[in-house]
Order: sequence, then structure tokens, then C-alpha cells
Amino acid sequence: MGSKLLSFWVGVMVLGFYSGSAVSSKYNLPEPQTIIAQQIYDQHIWALWICLVIFIAVFGVMGYSIVKHRKSAGYKAANFHHSTTVEIIWTAIPCIILIFMAWPATKTVIAMKDTTESDITVKVTGYQWMWGYDYLQGEGEGIKFYSQLATSQSEIHNETPKGENYLLEVNNRLVVPVGKKIRIILTANDVLHAWWVPALGVKQDAIPGFIRDTWFTADNVGVFRGQCAELCGKEHGFMPIVVEVVEEQQYAQWVADQLKTAATDANAAIINAAAK
Amino acid sequence: MAVVQDVHGHVHGHPTGIMRWIGATNHKDIGTMYLCFSLTMLFIGGFLIMGVRAELFMPGMQIFEPEVFNSFTTLHGLIMVFGAIMPAFVGFANWQVPMMIGAPDMAFARMNNWSFWLLPVAASLLIGSFFVPGGAAAGGWTFYPPLSTQGGLGVDMMIFAIHILGASSIMGAINIITTILNMRAPGMTLMKMPMFVWTWLITAYLLVLVMPVLAGTVTMLLTDRHFGTSFFNAAGGGDPVLFQHVFWFFGHPEVYIMILPSFGIVSEVIPTFARKPLFGYSSMVYATASIAILSCIVWAHHMFSVGMPAAGQLFFMYATMLIAVPTGVKVFNWTATMWRGSMTFETPMLFAIGFILLFVIGGFSGVVCALVPVDIQVQDTYYVIAHFHYVLVSGSLFSLFAGAYYWLPKWSGRMYDETLGKWHFWLSMVFFNLTFFVQHFLGLAGMPRRIPDYALQFADFNMISSIGAFGFGLAQLLFVYIVIKCLRSGEKAPDMPWDGAKTLEWTHLPTPAPYHSFETPPVVKF
Repeated sequence: MGSKLLSFWVGVMVLGFYSGSAVSSKYNLPEPQTIIAQQIYDQHIWALWICLVIFIAVFGVMGYSIVKHRKSAGYKAANFHHSTTVEIIWTAIPCIILIFMAWPATKTVIAMKDTTESDITVKVTGYQWMWGYDYLQGEGEGIKFYSQLATSQSEIHNETPKGENYLLEVNNRLVVPVGKKIRIILTANDVLHAWWVPALGVKQDAIPGFIRDTWFTADNVGVFRGQCAELCGKEHGFMPIVVEVVEEQQYAQWVADQLKTAATDANAAIINAAAK
Repeated sequence: MAVVQDVHGHVHGHPTGIMRWIGATNHKDIGTMYLCFSLTMLFIGGFLIMGVRAELFMPGMQIFEPEVFNSFTTLHGLIMVFGAIMPAFVGFANWQVPMMIGAPDMAFARMNNWSFWLLPVAASLLIGSFFVPGGAAAGGWTFYPPLSTQGGLGVDMMIFAIHILGASSIMGAINIITTILNMRAPGMTLMKMPMFVWTWLITAYLLVLVMPVLAGTVTMLLTDRHFGTSFFNAAGGGDPVLFQHVFWFFGHPEVYIMILPSFGIVSEVIPTFARKPLFGYSSMVYATASIAILSCIVWAHHMFSVGMPAAGQLFFMYATMLIAVPTGVKVFNWTATMWRGSMTFETPMLFAIGFILLFVIGGFSGVVCALVPVDIQVQDTYYVIAHFHYVLVSGSLFSLFAGAYYWLPKWSGRMYDETLGKWHFWLSMVFFNLTFFVQHFLGLAGMPRRIPDYALQFADFNMISSIGAFGFGLAQLLFVYIVIKCLRSGEKAPDMPWDGAKTLEWTHLPTPAPYHSFETPPVVKF
């Protein structure tokens, strides 16, 4: 009976666990789009399995004890209270388990810090409450724009139905080519912000007066959404990040369009100034 | 067990009525005031978070303006940490430490009075800040600059409140250390002290170590705001990240300040109801001390997304993971204490077992958060909210309930209603998990914390979480009812309501404990 019950519960847990990791995005980290995000995803699952095994072991013992060693079942208390051997064993085992968790994490940390040899560098600036993007180096150099929430106030105040990407859409997306190493350098204009796109495995605080950097290389084309992750005042919940990863050709086209618009704007400004 | 201490028929003419409380120097009176104060704060902090959960019940803005929402979350955190949890443990220390070590009172009785009466002043400042122009502080309970330099008068009131609370905590801690080190009954060596006393001794040292650091931090913030300094302002040569380092140098030991006394309470409750001595007493002491020491070198794990060098991140990751080892030892020892005991499951035991179960889940998510790469994804999300509520609510708060039910008969001389107590436990257990378990999923799926509105894919878990929160809040009203019912009409408690209790307050004092206990020290034989 006891072992049947145990195997039943283990079965339920494994099933729940599996479906939890299979139905991604709702119960788990979003589907990884970069090698770093993939490593993070795997390490999280690995850590969960270890935790689950320890949980079942510890609370299996405790549960057995709760069922069997109770006064109402007539169990008489033993009187042992010490065992150095046991203490040493259950100090050593967790240490070993931790090494197995720390090892892959260490490799990922070092990889995350390697921002060298990037193809494109984009400076990201946090403002209260929007993001500014400057393409500093690589294809698209010179492009700059602001990126603001595109969700309407009437949706936020429940006056019109909420769209599919409620609170997660911007007027100008950060467009990058697939398969290229993008170095993001971050700062902020006023208070702390954090630039976070879960599917790309990137989160980095933007600190006013200081520069920090991070990187990603997207494996697939697509639109990936994130939000500011550091409390930055009243509109903190309303400054999303949208990264659009496109094919290389499409990116070249986008760059050409952007530069042409910028040139037209600059010409218009000069003509306006001259007219005055 | 013979009751050694006589009950004094006379009382030494102490004042009655309101003056009894204002001028209180008796450790039991002061302990009672601490506990009543913290219970009040629990409900004020709880009220704030009910507002937050109501706003988050559905997507879209319903109740609050975002700034008011932010001040509600901020004050919820500050009030719960500094107003509810910490004073509750000091209340337990006041009641229990002198009785458990066979001392007549706390070492500094008048300072004890002062350290309590500072609390209502600080609490009024915090609560009053909602009504000043600009409203209460809205930069999160961690009040990171430069955002907190932007705030209005509310931020200054918060800073002043934190100064006062810090002074109160330091005095309380000095009092507890002095009491424990100097006033133990003859025969009670350090390694024979009850675990609750041990954990409080270590906690008190942590308090003395880190509260001045917090005071320094908020003072620097104050001078940045008003006196032209630039400690945290890059434009003036300062660094906003410096604040985070100093804040968390206080903040992480603070986490253990709120959990070590819990370990102590649980280490008293489990052996009593298992009718078996605590397994591995000395390893428990060493584990507590190790946790305290490690807690001082892990602060930057709150800052992995700040962008430290790889060596720094790795150091703080390894140090943080190491904490799992002594914490694991504690859990194994509790399990071994229960093993082959003769257990009964009264309310204190239920809360203690609930504590172990849920605290371990919080510990697991703590290890997950310690892994830098994973933390990069979950930091500042609902995953972290779930993590620290598993250790602070089902950790600290559950242990406080366990302790309250355990010692209520000793304090009041009356028994609480066991059936209602069990209801309180089961309702808390169910609603707590309903509230916080789903928040793990929210965080993993990408919901940042401290946002008043969220994307549609987070809607159903937020609704579940809000329903859980309302249920959990209501369930705590039951606790108030149980305590009042116990004090008014509870059955008279026997001298030894729990078979397995072995500490001095049970074995050497009548129930209820007399107003003055241990005027002559008991002889302790082990």
C-alpha cells in the first residue's frame, strides 16, 4: 500500500513536471532563442530535477515518520539524539550536489561576459519611461530612435478591448539580423532601468552615469518581447522592449530605409533652418 | 516535574492601567506590547497588499494610479519587514529568553521600554507618509537611488522611520546579548541553552553588526537629497550601485535576522511534540552560526543583473550556494528529531511541519536563484516574489504562529481552541500556496515585479494568486479571534499542557508564568 501510494505520487509529480516543461511560456521560461538562453533553460530544468529528488527523499522520510511514528498509533518514542557519522554524511552530500549545479553555471557566466568580436553594437538608453536605441557600430551605424509603448490609454483603462500584445508592443522595434552577435551597451538617463528580453536570455541594469554591456546572437527570426525589470517610477510597467530578428537581406533593406528617412529628415531640417 | 519557584502572593506595587504599559519595565509586559504591535502591523501591511492584489486581479488599471500602487507595495514591504516580523521576534525574545535561561528579567529594563516605545513613533511616520503631499515612498522597500532621490516628503519620513527602527533594534539586540551572556542560571552553560536562545543570541549579533550599516546608508541618501552630497549620484562623482552594495550588506543578513529565530522556535516545538530530544543539538548551533557568518558575504547575489565582473558573480554564487549546506543540516536534523518519535499534531506542531515543508521549497527556489545564469532570467520577477514569500511568510510567519500557539498557554494560563487553531493552520496552508505557488510560473513566464498592470498571458495566474491572497488575509482574522477567545474564555491550562516540553519555563514555572519569575535563579541540572 505504502509503496503503491508513493509510486502514484511520484508518477503524478513527474507527469505534472513534464507537462509543465512541455507547455513552455506559461509554466516555464520562454522557448530559448540564443545559446545562452538555451543553457539557462537547461540549467533551470537540471536544478529543478535535483530539487525534486531531494524533496521526495526528505519528505518521503518525514511523511513516513508522520504516518508511523505517531502517539495515536501507539508508537513509543526512541531517545537517540546524536550521530557524528550521520551529520558528516549529510553535510558532505549537499556539497557534492552543489558542485554539480555550479559547474555548468560557471561556464555560462563566463560565456555571458564575453562581449568581444561583436558584429553590431547598439547603445540602449533607459528613460523615464521609454527606451532609446543608437546603432553605434556595424551595419546600420548611425541609426537612432526612441521606442515607446504602443498600447493605447483606452485599452489600459478598460475602455476598449485589449489587443493581443497588450502592454508588449512599441512604436519602433529594435531590429537586428539573425545569427549576428549583437553587443548591447547600456546606460540610463535618469534612474535605474533594466533591459530584459527573456527569450534572448538577456537582462542587464541600465545605470545613469555608467556603461554596462551584454550580448546576444539570435538563432531564429521572430519577434521577442520583454519589459523593464527595475522599478523606475510610475510608468515602470509601461516601457516594454520588442526585438525583431530578421533575415540578413531584410535587415539591409531596413537599414537603407532608416538611413534614407534620417537623411530626408536632416535635409528637411536644413531647408527649414535656411528658410527661417 | 516539581515546580521549584513559589508563586508570589504579592505584587510589588507596579502601576496599573495605562501607566503599566507606558512605563513598563517588566519583560513580559514589554513582550506583550511588542507582540500586539507586530500583529497590528501585520494587518496594516496586509491591508496594503490586499489593495495591490485587488488591482492585479485583472489586467488593466482598475483601482489605483500607478504611483499609489507603487507606494502600496513599498510600504507593504517596509511595514511587514520592520513592523511585523522583526518586532514579533523581539516580542518572543522578551517573553521567552529570561524564562528559558532562568533570569528574572531582561538586563536593561528601562532601555527595553525605550526600544519598544520607539516603534509606534516610527510606524506613525510610515503610515502618516501616505497623507503628506507627494504621498508615501514609492521606490520599493529597497528604495534604490536615483529613484528614491526623486521622491517627496514621504521618502524623508521613511528615512527617519528607518533610523528610529534601527535604533530600537540595536538597543533590543544589545539587551538580548547582555541578558543571555550574563544572566543565565547557574549550570546553564552556553552549550546547554535552549535552541531558541542560541538562535536569538546569534541574531542579536547580526543586528548589532548590520543595523548601523543601514543607518549609514539612509543617512547618505538623506544628505544626497537635501545637503548637496553625491554619494549615489554619478553626475557628482558618486555611484548608484554603491547604494545597492551597502543596502544589501545590511539586507542579506537582515533576511537571516528574520529566519534564525524561526529556526529556534521550530527547534523547540518539534522535540516537544515528537517527545524526543532535538537531534544534533551542537550541529544545530554550528549550522546557525555558519549561516550567520555566510550571510555577511553573499549580499551581491541580489545584484547579479547590475553587471559585476565574472569573478565577482562567481564568488557570490558559490558563497550563496554554500548556505544550502548548513540549512540542509537543519532540515535533516528536524527530520531526524521526528524520526521514531511519538508524535502528536497540535496546532504548534502543524505550523512547525508546515514551516519545514514550505521553507524547504523556498530554499530550493533560493538555490535556483543563486545560479547566476538562471537568476539573470528570474531576478526582479514574480519568481523572486514567490521565493522570498516562501521563506518569509511560510517561514518566519508560520514559525511565529507555531510559537504563539505553543507558548500562549504559558503566557495566559489558558488553552486556545484546538479545533479553530487547526482550521487556522489548514486555511493558511491552502491559501498561502494558492497565492504564491503560481507566482513561480508568472516569474518564469516573464512577469516583472512591481508593475500595476500586466500582459494578457499572465491573467489567469494573477487571478488565482489574488483569490489566494484574499483568503490568506481573511484566515489571519481567525487567529485574532482565537487569541481573544483564548484570553477571555479559554479553558484553564495545566502546568504542563505539552508532554514533551523540557525547557525551564515549562519545568520550573507554574502556568500562567507569574509576573515576576526566577527572582532567585533556579538550579539547572542536565
